[in-house]
Order: sequence, then structure tokens, then C-alpha cells
Amino acid sequence: MKRKAVIEKIALIILMICAVLSIFAVCSITVYMFMKGTPALSKVGVHKLLFGTVWKPTAESASYGILYIILSSIVGTGMTLLIGVPVGLMTAVFLSEIAGKRIAAVLSSAVELLAAIPSVIYGLIGMMVLNPWMYKLEKIIFSNSKEHQFTGGANMLSAIIVLAIMILPTVISVSVSSLKGVTASLRSASLALGATEIQTIFKVVIPAAKSGILTGVVLGIGRALGEAVAINMVAGGSVNIPLPFNSVRTLTTQIVSEMGYANGLHRQVLFTVGLVLYIFIMIVNYILLRARKKGVENE
Amino acid sequence: MNKMRKIKDTFVYFLIFLCSSFSIVLLAGVIIYVFSKGIGQVNLSFLTSVTSVLNGTVGIAGNIVNTIIIILVTMLIATPVGIGSAIYLNEYAKPGKFVTFVEYSTETLAGIPSIIFGLFGMMFFGQTLGLGYSLLTGSFTLILMVLPLITRNTQEALKNVPDSYRHGAIGLGSGKWHMVRTILIPSAMPGIITGVILAIGRIVGESAALLFTAGSAKVLPKAFGQIFDKLFQSGGTLTIQLYLSATSEGDFDTAFGIAAVLLILVFIINMITKFLSARFDVTKKI
Repeated sequence: MKRKAVIEKIALIILMICAVLSIFAVCSITVYMFMKGTPALSKVGVHKLLFGTVWKPTAESASYGILYIILSSIVGTGMTLLIGVPVGLMTAVFLSEIAGKRIAAVLSSAVELLAAIPSVIYGLIGMMVLNPWMYKLEKIIFSNSKEHQFTGGANMLSAIIVLAIMILPTVISVSVSSLKGVTASLRSASLALGATEIQTIFKVVIPAAKSGILTGVVLGIGRALGEAVAINMVAGGSVNIPLPFNSVRTLTTQIVSEMGYANGLHRQVLFTVGLVLYIFIMIVNYILLRARKKGVENE
Repeated sequence: MNKMRKIKDTFVYFLIFLCSSFSIVLLAGVIIYVFSKGIGQVNLSFLTSVTSVLNGTVGIAGNIVNTIIIILVTMLIATPVGIGSAIYLNEYAKPGKFVTFVEYSTETLAGIPSIIFGLFGMMFFGQTLGLGYSLLTGSFTLILMVLPLITRNTQEALKNVPDSYRHGAIGLGSGKWHMVRTILIPSAMPGIITGVILAIGRIVGESAALLFTAGSAKVLPKAFGQIFDKLFQSGGTLTIQLYLSATSEGDFDTAFGIAAVLLILVFIINMITKFLSARFDVTKKI
């Protein structure tokens, strides 16, 4: 009998340690990001680093301005949402409101599979298919321009398209489940009042599913901000103003492409880039937690 | 007015069909493109040899072994910890500040992008613990990344186990841990396995978190005993090799070959999860 009590006690302690581990992980990641990310801020100067526009880490008089890098991430994510969210929402509407069961099942499996494809494969296809198209487009648009630096198609626009495709599955699956959560009586009431199916969907069902759809959008923001390797393959390799046909570096690609060889202050600045990304992600996470909590309370 | 409405509706229907066919076309396009370019590359020697200029061979055996080792080590630690955490949250802890805190941190962990895990892994496991670029550093980093997946899936599965099971076991005089071990874990097994398979899928596709932790070496262990030495050496998984082949090495044949292999793996993993969740769906049985 006593042995049993001891086993119970040990089990409880071990299980508790397992549970605490995730708290420990989040705390140590946060501490490390700040510990490694802040030294460069004081060495280069907060203003010079965050609002500087010249990135020349290996030059004689090195300059570490990451403003364009931050802007590229923000603009890139914004544009990605502008393409990905409407397409994703329309697809979700089709899946939950219009399509028959069998077609919906096939489409849902396709979406699931798209979500599971490793990001490097999207990057590879972007490199081989999208970039040549972009290069052709670039040659037509900028044929008379003397200032434009040709990028061979590796530009902001390619990155945005690849990202939009990558956030689609997230937006679709979250939106579908929230659209399906809307009670049938709302739809029937609207239809009975003489509204068409389309009117019902856009004026009744979507507003009712708003909070769930927004959660999907926020998840998409997180994914777009954090994606690194795939866009590193298609976005080009120099720090520029985030214009569609410029080769750009985002917060993530900056780390991926330079961490391998950077050292000294250059390396510390890259950690600061990581810290900026981490802070952005934490803000997104916070919004997500708030939204989820609200959703639970509404239920 | 009515006619306008009709035209408008038709237009919106058209948009909806267009958008939803996009994802099917996209998936088909990705699969056809990758296979048409890559499948010719995949043969027995591609799968069983290591790329070597000396021997004139091109192959990914080393990367396959690295991927398997990383999956094994990661899951060996992440699975019990993830399950344990879920059991504690669901069965032991009383709802309150502590549980919300743990759940928040699990959510946060799930939202952190892999590149941040990569940076942290490089700094903490690689430098502070002195493991350098090694399979072990990579695995430890990935443990943090897949932990939320396993915890969440196990929690969901535990929530679906009817309370009568618990009351029955306790009523028969079982201790709590005994009940968990003999009643709850077996009942929640399908959910747990789904979590584990999803986690394996995530590891197979992961690249950013491994680039600066596990590195990119592709040598094969020469003897079985060397697998343990291998843990402390750098090693690139399939995705890392794909990335390097496509970027710095410029070897697109290999890149597409690996992409085809990865797609097949992803497809298999997807099928297994689908099969499991359809077969063990508790809500459907009732």
C-alpha cells in the first residue's frame, strides 16, 4: 500500500515537470533573444540601427541600418494578406456553404496536403517557375529605365506570391471551421426573408463567423512573418526599399543568409534582427491569445 | 433591380469557383511539376549512396540517415514529455492560474517561427551547452518546436475520453496514476499517435530551425556503432540538402529528386493521419 502511494507521488512530480517545461522553454527563449539581441543596439545606437537605411556590414566603415529590412517584412506580410485572405476566404465559403459533400471532401484533402508540403519545395518551385516569369515581366516593364537594377526575377513580388500560397491552407481551414460553426437557423432565417444565397453568405454568415476568420488571418500573419527559407530562395539577396520589383531582404531571410559567415558586431546585429522579429511575433501571439480567449467567453 | 442582383450574384459565384479551383490546380501543379522534374532522378543508387566527387556518385543516403536519427531522438524525448504535460494539465491540475499559464506558454511556443527556434538552439544548445553543430543540437531544438503539437493533440484526445471511464476506475479502487496508465492512455492512443505523426511530418519538412543547429554534413556512419558518434557531429536532413542543392550548390537535379522523395513522404504521413482520425473518431461512434 505504501509503495503505491510513493508511485503516485513520483508520477505526479514527473508529470508536473513535463508541464513546467514549456514555461521554462518560452522563458529561456525570451531571455536569450533579449540577452543576445540588445548589445548591438547600444554599440551601434538604437536610432542608427533601427532607422538606418544603409546595410554594409563588411565595408571598411561598416553600417548597420535595418530599416528597409523591417519595412520589407511589414510590407511583404501586408501584401501577402491582401492576396491570401480574400482567396482563402472565398475558398472557405465554397467549401462550407456551396460545395456538395464529396467535392468539399476532395478539396479539403487538397488543402490539407498543401499545408503539409515542406516550405523548401515551395521555394524551389518559386525559384524555377516564378522567378523566370518575373524576369520576363521585369524586362518588359523596365526596358527603358536606366536606374533599375535587374534582379533576374528574384524580387519582392515573387516572395509575396510564394507567401500568399503558403498562408492559404491556414486561412482556409480556420475559416471553414468557423463558418461551419454558424448555426443553421441564421441561414434559414435570412433565406426565408428573401435574401439570395450570396446575400446570406456575405451579410449574415461571414459577419457571424468574423472572430474565427480573424483568428485565421492572425495565424496567417504569424506564418508570413516567420517564414524564412522559402522566401530566401525567391526574394533576392540585397537590402533595398520594398518595391515590387526590387530584390529585398526580410527579417528572416537576413538571418538565414548571413548568420552562416557573420562574426563580431555583424553577428550581434543579426541577433538584433532576430529580436525585432521575436517582438513582432510576440505581438501577433498576444493578439491571437486575446482573440481565442474572447472566442471562448462568447461560447 | 432584380436583374442587377442576379448579375452580381453570378459574378460572385464565379469568383468563389475561381478561388476554390485555384487550390486544386495549385496542388496538382506542384505535384506534377515536382514529379516530372524529380522522379527520373530517384532510383536505387540515389537513395542508397552518398554524393561524392571521388566515386562519381550522387545520392542522399546520408541525409536520409540524418533525418531518421533526428526524428528518433526528437520523438524519443518529445513524446513522453508532451504526453506527460497533457496528462498533468487535463487530469491532475485544478483549473486556475497555473494551468492557464502553462496553456499560454504552449500556445506561445506553437506560434514562434522556426527560425527563432534555430537561433535559440544555436545559442543555447550549440554554444552554451557546447554541442556545436550536431544532430543532437538539432534534435533538442526540434523538441521545443514539436512539443505543443503533441501536448495539444493528447489533450484533445483526453478530453474525449468519457468521465465514466475515470469514475469506474477510481470506484474500483485504482490509484490515479494507475488509472491514467491503464485506462486513459490506451483510450487516448489514437489522438496521441496523430500528434506524433504530425510532429514527424513537421520534422521532415523543417529547414530553418536546423540550418544553424544540425548543420549540413552528409557522410554516412561507417559502422552501426558510429551512430552514437554521429549524434555529436553535424548532419543535414533531406530538406536542408534540398535547400543547399538549390541555392549554393546549384544542383537542381538533386534538388528536384529530394523534392519528389519529400512529397512522397508527406503524402504517406498525410494518409496515415487521415486514416487514424477517421478510424478512431470518437464523435462518429456515438
